[in-house]
Amino acid sequence: MQKLKGVYNKIGFPRLIIALFLLILLVSSKVLGLSQANIWNSILVRFGMNSILVLAMVPGIRAGIGVNFNLTLGVVFGLLGALLSIEFGFTGGMGFLMALVIAIPMATVAGILYGLMLNRVKGQEMTVGNYIGLSIVSFMCIIWLLLPFTNLSLTWPMGKGLRTTVSMENSFGHFLNNLWAFPKGTGVFDTASKFSFPTGMILFFVLIAGLLWIFNRSKTGNAMAVSGANESFAISNGLNVNRYRVLGTTISTVLGAIGIVVYAQAFGFLQLYRAPLYMALPAAASILIGGATLKEAKIIHVIIGTFLFQSLLVVALPVINIISDGQMAEIIRIIISNGIILYALTRGGEEE
Amino acid sequence: MALLEMKNISKSYSGNQVLKKVNLSIEEGEIHGLIGENGAGKSTLMNILFGMPVIHNTGGHEGQMLIDGKAFVPSSPMDAMAAGIGMVHQEFMLIPGFTITENVKLNRENTIKTPFSKIFGTKLDFLDRKKMVSDTKEALKKLHMDIDEFVKIEGLPVGYMQFVEIAREIDKSNLRLLILDEPTAVLTESEAEKFLEVIQRLAEMGIAILFITHRLEEIKRISHGITVLRDGEMILTEKTEDITTVDMARAMVGRQVELIFEERRNIDHLPTQLQLKDLYVDMPGEKVKGINLDIKKGEIFGLGGLAGQGKIGIANGIMGLFPTKGEIFKDGKEMKLNDPRNMLLNNVAFLSEDRKGTGLLLDDSIEYNIAYTALEIKDAFLKKIVFSQFVDKGAITENARKMIEDLDIRCTSGKQNTRRLSGGNQQKVCIARALTFGPDVLLVSEPTRGIDIGAKKLVLDTLVRLNREEGMTVIITSSELAELRQICDRIAIVSDGVIQGVFSPDESDAVLGLAMAGDDFTEVLDAEA
Repeated sequence: MQKLKGVYNKIGFPRLIIALFLLILLVSSKVLGLSQANIWNSILVRFGMNSILVLAMVPGIRAGIGVNFNLTLGVVFGLLGALLSIEFGFTGGMGFLMALVIAIPMATVAGILYGLMLNRVKGQEMTVGNYIGLSIVSFMCIIWLLLPFTNLSLTWPMGKGLRTTVSMENSFGHFLNNLWAFPKGTGVFDTASKFSFPTGMILFFVLIAGLLWIFNRSKTGNAMAVSGANESFAISNGLNVNRYRVLGTTISTVLGAIGIVVYAQAFGFLQLYRAPLYMALPAAASILIGGATLKEAKIIHVIIGTFLFQSLLVVALPVINIISDGQMAEIIRIIISNGIILYALTRGGEEE
Repeated sequence: MALLEMKNISKSYSGNQVLKKVNLSIEEGEIHGLIGENGAGKSTLMNILFGMPVIHNTGGHEGQMLIDGKAFVPSSPMDAMAAGIGMVHQEFMLIPGFTITENVKLNRENTIKTPFSKIFGTKLDFLDRKKMVSDTKEALKKLHMDIDEFVKIEGLPVGYMQFVEIAREIDKSNLRLLILDEPTAVLTESEAEKFLEVIQRLAEMGIAILFITHRLEEIKRISHGITVLRDGEMILTEKTEDITTVDMARAMVGRQVELIFEERRNIDHLPTQLQLKDLYVDMPGEKVKGINLDIKKGEIFGLGGLAGQGKIGIANGIMGLFPTKGEIFKDGKEMKLNDPRNMLLNNVAFLSEDRKGTGLLLDDSIEYNIAYTALEIKDAFLKKIVFSQFVDKGAITENARKMIEDLDIRCTSGKQNTRRLSGGNQQKVCIARALTFGPDVLLVSEPTRGIDIGAKKLVLDTLVRLNREEGMTVIITSSELAELRQICDRIAIVSDGVIQGVFSPDESDAVLGLAMAGDDFTEVLDAEA
């Protein structure tokens, strides 16, 4: 009994509920005769495309700035990197690589500046982050119109400015999905009728997560986590807390940039203008569902959380649409994921 | 007949007796001084008198209270106020954005009935501002305060705020007994002077005053009677003219329990290790206002004094945790100020008085807490794999295992988080961290605050052992004079942000008590010599 309770405590109430809900959906999908290959392929692809965005939440939380609702900042520079890569005519692996090469330095600078700003609003990082996110998106709406891009696949056929949705079919769309995919299939998002494992994309996540794991175990990573856990303890142990907060914010922003490039190539489109606004919330929800709190986040939380959140997304829609009417699936999913965010936020001040 | 009589008042918090059969009686128009060290039971006694909820929630108290010979059983502060008892707190209970009038009349506003309020109740009454203003003027006049009643509280000098608090109390027409909790602590000398005059005038008006303070000179000058508390016991209660400040000091400090004293050593020949020159520390509530100290290599040096007088600020300033100016030399080398890392790199470590806030990572394991300072500053517990340095968890566990055994830290395992440990065990974890770090100079603030007697002894023994065996210089800051006397080679008493004197641990109670109160002790010292 004691052991059972220990296991329950380890899993936690919210994860138990969601896992049970997911299990019920998975079983019903089988019973209702939905294509299991399709479902599992979608789950894996969605996991791969979202996981790095969720991973971006880890350094923020560990450095003590809480959930980085301003993930938008990194996303914007990731998009800019991808756009420039396409503009310069890179395709395939080279296109993907160049997108990162261009995006990462810009995201680094933006992250440092944002981190410096957060040091002036200690205790309000999440609120401020939200509004910076809104502002940066509005600002970029202007910039997308003004940037002198010439590649016809990026700009409107007439008039000025970039398209709201840029197809990546001729550049590096699905590059990671199809890389080493087995059985060799299209691995394309949501359209595969037979199962195909998106090896490249999952490996890329493993690579990035591995790098972050190493960082977390390094001396610098430890110092950053200590700064986030207890500021006065950190100061009395000779740490420059503000510097580590900037570091955490910067890593988070850079991961946001990398994350959106991976996301976009899997989706096959770059979404500009207001789309970046909708990237931070699902990522925040995922990591919180995974068991992270506002003060503690681990890579395992990313894996569990992304899996649960995205699986729910994939399975709920078809299953509930069959058993009930219309929008039910979407509504239940929104209630659950936002409920979890709320639950985590209210638990934020509580001790253990 | 006495206005207020408290008979055989006893009180314990969860088995810990904080008041033992205390008697107190005050006449009308009497100024009565209540003195005692921190933790002597003064505030508990006042809480009982004032019917504070904290008393009821912890099982009430024993003994009885009489007002005008009639039993007085306050079940809430409201009852106490109705009985004519007013209290001016140490921290001001004023609203900065409100005017003096509004603060004086807070929650007791004079009102006029309106047609609406006749229907919907008193909440819709109009404020009778004219009456409020004239009442306030009256109260301020009684205090001889030359200030306009429409001025806002924010921006007023601290001394004026104190007077506004008192104005509020005397505006209550039924005020008979006024309790003042260390009222002069925040006042400048001239303000305090004026304040005492006002107190005397109030007493002449027939209001009894219960004056809590540790400034013995003051109390000697204005009070009629004095009661001294120590460790919850009433040590003496006398007419003021029958007692000298020296006797008061002796009664206040006293020698409480039989203690095992460390062997006294001669430390004169030791070289100076740490030198403080004209050190100022801006730590809120514990300001240090220019001190000079030479601390010898290998001694245990004690910093004593009452709370809020600046003794805590010294160690925090040396460590650079609060803005500091002046000079600090270690082994003759000048230290960079306001830089904790630099102090650590020079082998000076600090155990904070704020154990939970500054001393521990509450949500990390015991072993990680123990290892952290050494890991960060001395690159201990790191192992190199390929080209990256990893934290060596095995070594951390191994080190913690040894420490847990040596210091008898009671825990389920080294992996346990520190949050749920008892105060004593948390302190041992902090000491273990310092041990693992291995400094030359260890600054310890309030090491035994809030921990039980058994753990106290172990903590003190460990400090002595570190000093004797490892030759570590220990600077210990403590509110408990008794424990400083136990283990220190020398004790400096801090009052009002400056060093009053550096004494032998065997110095008499009278001298130390006077020094703590910031009074002149040279006469007593001469007489003893």
